[in-house]
Amino acid sequence: MPDDHFSAMRQSIIDGAPDTASGLAQEALSAGIAPIEAINSGYVPGMHDVGEQFAKGQMYLPDMMASAEAMRAAMAVLDPELKKLGTQRPMAGVVVLGTTKGDIHEIGKILVGTLLTAHGFRVHDLGVDVPGEKFAAKAREFNADIVGVSALLTTTMRNQKSVVEAIENAGLRSQVKIMVGGAPVTRRWADEIGADGYAKDAMSAVTLARELMAQKTQSAVVEPA
Amino acid sequence: MRPRLELLNKALIERILGEAFQLIEDPGVRVAPFVVDLLRGAGITVKDGVAHIPEALARRLLDLAPRGFCLYDRAGKPAVRYGGEDVHFDPGSSCLNILDAETQQPRPAMSADLVRLVQVAEMLPQFAAQSTAMVCNDVPQEIGDWYRLLLVLWYSEKPVVTGAFSAESLHTLLELVAIECGGREPLRQHPRAIFDVCPSPPLNWSEFASQNLVDLARAGVPAEIVSMPLAGATAPVTLVGSVVQHAAECISGITIHQLAQPGSPIVWGGAPAIFDMRTGKTPMGAIETAMLDVACAEVGKYLGLPTHAYMVTGDGRFIDAQVEMESGISTILGALAGINMISGAGMLDFLACHSIEKLVIDAEAIASAQRLVEGVNARTDSLAVAMFAQTGLSGDFLKLKETRSLFRKEQHFPSNVIDRGLASMDGSTPDVLQRARQRVEELLSPYERHPLAPDREQELIAFALREGRKAGLEGLPEILRPEYAHEPGLI
Repeated sequence: MPDDHFSAMRQSIIDGAPDTASGLAQEALSAGIAPIEAINSGYVPGMHDVGEQFAKGQMYLPDMMASAEAMRAAMAVLDPELKKLGTQRPMAGVVVLGTTKGDIHEIGKILVGTLLTAHGFRVHDLGVDVPGEKFAAKAREFNADIVGVSALLTTTMRNQKSVVEAIENAGLRSQVKIMVGGAPVTRRWADEIGADGYAKDAMSAVTLARELMAQKTQSAVVEPA
Repeated sequence: MRPRLELLNKALIERILGEAFQLIEDPGVRVAPFVVDLLRGAGITVKDGVAHIPEALARRLLDLAPRGFCLYDRAGKPAVRYGGEDVHFDPGSSCLNILDAETQQPRPAMSADLVRLVQVAEMLPQFAAQSTAMVCNDVPQEIGDWYRLLLVLWYSEKPVVTGAFSAESLHTLLELVAIECGGREPLRQHPRAIFDVCPSPPLNWSEFASQNLVDLARAGVPAEIVSMPLAGATAPVTLVGSVVQHAAECISGITIHQLAQPGSPIVWGGAPAIFDMRTGKTPMGAIETAMLDVACAEVGKYLGLPTHAYMVTGDGRFIDAQVEMESGISTILGALAGINMISGAGMLDFLACHSIEKLVIDAEAIASAQRLVEGVNARTDSLAVAMFAQTGLSGDFLKLKETRSLFRKEQHFPSNVIDRGLASMDGSTPDVLQRARQRVEELLSPYERHPLAPDREQELIAFALREGRKAGLEGLPEILRPEYAHEPGLI
């Protein structure tokens, strides 16, 4: 039964079916399946499939959004049980995400957040029109590994620099990696403002976040505690 | 007969407008506190920052907006006519990057790049207007918007399509144009510039945008609404659904604008696009984006309003077949749709990059489109029979006087950017990029800057120096070197 169950969970994510995903989660708990097993053997492989198909151009953004919604529905059932058991999901990293001050565009940021969540990151989305100081404060509050700053407009892109400065001023720069993105943003711009990386789209943001986490882990090993 | 492209019929336009009027009343339009009193004063309910605009009032205000107006050149002559079937083009605007002429790699745009682009556009009759095409990375960020305009006013005599980056800086931009025109009243009478104002999709007039609308209306300087629904992301996925949203954003913008100053000139414009469901990008060269442009403009024309769109752009990162195919197609469609001002030439890479070489290639597409809209015309009493009466079946039409007198009207002769066998360099055949580079040099070589009247020139420099110093700028890049910035009379 578990294999079929896991396969159905995986499929519910691929299908982007939140009701099915949450129903299967409830059934799993009733059947005595450990929530962490349901996540790792059922739902996470589904998100991996979705990510792979998206990268190959076989799935599209609306499909991806539906899959993320199904994942959220399943986790809404499983998370409380995880907490009761004192278990934690393996996590790829903590990301604080937002659109820079003066800019109210958030589609790109939402996509990045969705994909990062799908790939195991814990994402705190600060929304739009976020000043640099708030990025810094929330990075401290959530003990963030990465801060992601989005900007759609040529006029607001420059405020990404103030986020880098705010994080430096808060004394967090050595602990927090900063990645930037958005339509007008380039790698050169990221270098110029002292960000750690630039991603041209949501999928490459996931790759970049993984690279930044690897760099972080490596430097933690190299640097004396 | 002038050829026309129409994608909507009357019944569909009425349905679009019906739903647009419905949307501005319910769910309504998010507005900034700045305009709440203005709207409430007209009887519009504003609750929790959302205005619920009744159709009857919106229709009355639409009727007050002018059906046409002109932009004037520096000499005070009408150079661009908004309204009716007139079609004009201007380069794309506000780009941060330029494709370097030598390396053809993108790099940050500098003042010198903008000056070069303005000079090239000045020499090309295809561009009836200039735009503040680039944000110059060598001037402080906070003066980036007005500095572009200063350079355009300095190096061009054509009308300018521009826009402010904040509510406050609009006044600096207006002052620059007013100085150039000889005062606020001459600017109102013979506006040389039009200002883009962008609502945020969906249905949101931010503080900055609504304040710009009101201030422009009261200054009597034309405003151009640039509504940007992204089909499937910030707007309904169907093209027609996005056209409804575009109409609702334009109507609500015109409502605010006309309440501020009835009769002030305003344009039904936009930069709509589809949202690519694979990449999340907004392809400006997609056929569906061009269809949105055409359909949105059709609704504006149906209401009798002047129109604008963002076309003549491609999404590839370099000058290649894709970029020019996309740019060429949208140029033709925009011209056939009779859109009054079509912005975008020179731009590529999803509007992230400008290219002067692309600008001169686009100028050829524009010239072809301009020829196309002239149509197929009966220029002689007999269409062909009289000419056959002279030649018989010899096929010797080259000798006919009609041929000599009419071929220049019938045929457009492109520059050597278009390879018709004339473009050779040292015996070899240059590719399109080489031909474009050569064309840029040919255009720049005879360019001469025409100074303003000395008093206005001095006033413009003094004003710009004062404003620039507030942001720590010494001198005026591409106009005045820092060591001359402290000369008597300039401070």
